[in-house]
Formats: sequence, structure tokens, C-alpha cells
Amino acid sequence: MPEVTDSWYLVLSAVLFTIGMVGLLVRRNPLVMFMCVELMLNAVNLTFVSFAKALDDVGGQVVVFFVLVVAAAEVVVGLGIIVALLRRRPGATADDIATLKG
Amino acid sequence: MELVVFVIAGVIVLSGAVGVIAFSNPVHSALALVGTLFGVAVLFVAQEAHFLAAVQVIVYAGAIVVLFLFVIMLLGVDQAENLRVDPLGGQRPGAVIAGGGIIGVALVTLVLAGEDGGGILLGTSAGLGSLTQGEGTNVSRLAEVLFTDYLFAFEITSVLLIIAVVGAVVLARRPPAGEPIIPSAATPGDEPADA
Repeated sequence: MPEVTDSWYLVLSAVLFTIGMVGLLVRRNPLVMFMCVELMLNAVNLTFVSFAKALDDVGGQVVVFFVLVVAAAEVVVGLGIIVALLRRRPGATADDIATLKG
Repeated sequence: MELVVFVIAGVIVLSGAVGVIAFSNPVHSALALVGTLFGVAVLFVAQEAHFLAAVQVIVYAGAIVVLFLFVIMLLGVDQAENLRVDPLGGQRPGAVIAGGGIIGVALVTLVLAGEDGGGILLGTSAGLGSLTQGEGTNVSRLAEVLFTDYLFAFEITSVLLIIAVVGAVVLARRPPAGEPIIPSAATPGDEPADA
């Protein structure tokens, strides 16, 4: 069996990031767009963990820890914005939020 | 053995990711997201990141996805979206081209770095501590770095979390009277029977 190298993980996370990015560009439901942001964050986390293993340095894992914290804060605030938005305009999509007016 | 783990987890990750962007119902997307997050946790375990794998399952697959589902259920936005039509002409081809560009750049970088023996890509270790050498578990090594070298950043994250809590309360509170808002504070169970 071939050995799983770090490049395999990096390619996987590149593909995951791309899927998340395409989803963010294509989808219109703000919640699904938010999920795609989470996909991209996870791809980057996977890259950090791969590099931490490749360099045998625990620093990469510390960065992932901080990314997790910031992602949690980001989700809380982002979902608050989405809740406030969808209360005023039920069923709004990204196309309906084209202006910065309330 | 590692190959088997990688292939299975990779298939789960990628199929979940495709599911997130391909399902028309947001509830299904959220459930596909759970699969992706769980697969990433498995890959974390395969790469000696045991603590992060646990946090990934607890925080991401547990808290964050549940929060997503809460919002979906609370707001009733779980109606399916019509994905057949492309409302903005050329958006999808553009997105696919952009995605192809991103992954192309990533793969070319990887190949170039491979010719260099990994030097460009890897850089040098920050010297914060070894992941596998020395005594202690993964958790204790991570904690040691976190509470010494990154102590200030760690304290700042607590400030960030408090700001996030305040922000969430401010954003999600009941709007002041007079604004054209759908009433949302009272759940059906709270209302008196004769109301």
C-alpha cells in the first residue's frame, strides 16, 4: 500500500477549500453560504494540522485552536445578523441584500 | 492502515462538502456539514492532533451545527431552494473557473515544492516544541505552549468571546416597537390559550 504523505492531506484540504469557495459563490441562501465559510475554515485547519505534523512542531495545532475560537465567535455573530435580517425580510437571499440600506 | 483511514475519511469529507453545496434544503446541508466536520476530526486524529479532534467534534459538530439547525428551525427557512436555474447568468461557470484557478494554484505550488524537496512549502519550524518527541500527551504539549508562549493571545480570545456574546445579544434582541417586524419573541407555547 502506498504511504500517506503530507501532500495527500494538503491536496485534500485544497479540494475541500475549493468546494467551499465554489459553494459560497454559487449559493444564495445566507445560511448555506455561512456553512461554506465553515468548510473553508476546516480546510485551512486541516492544512495547519498537516504542517504541524510535517514540521513536528506543536505551533500549528495552537493556531488551529485559535481558529476554532474565532470561528465560534464568528458563527455566533453571523447567525445573529442572519436572524435579525430574516426577521425583517423573511426568505431573503443574498440577492435581496444588495444594498447597505436597512 | 493509515491509507484506509485517509481514504474513508477523505471520502466522507468530500461527499459531505459536496452535499453542503448541492442539497437544496438547508437542513440537509447542515447534516452534510456534520459529516464533513466529523471526517476532518478523523483526519486530525490520524495526524496526532487528538485534542483538536475532540474539540472539533464537540464545538463544531456539536455546538455550531446545532446552532445552524436552531436558526433554520427558528426562522422557518427550511424550504427548498430551486437550484436548477442560475439567476445571475454566468455566475456558476465563473464560480467553477475561479475554483479551478484556486485549486490549480494550490496544486502547482505543491508540485513545485515537491521538486524542491518540500523546502518552499514547509519553511522552518517555529521551534515551539515537538509534537511527538519528549514526554507528555498531545494535550499536555498543546497546553504547555498555549499557556506560555501564547498566553496573551489566549487571554485575548476570552475578550473576543465576551464581545461575541454581547454582539449576539444586541443583534438578536427584540427590535424596538414601531419597526415593521414580524413578532418573534413569544413562542407558541408561551401564549395564553385564549389569546
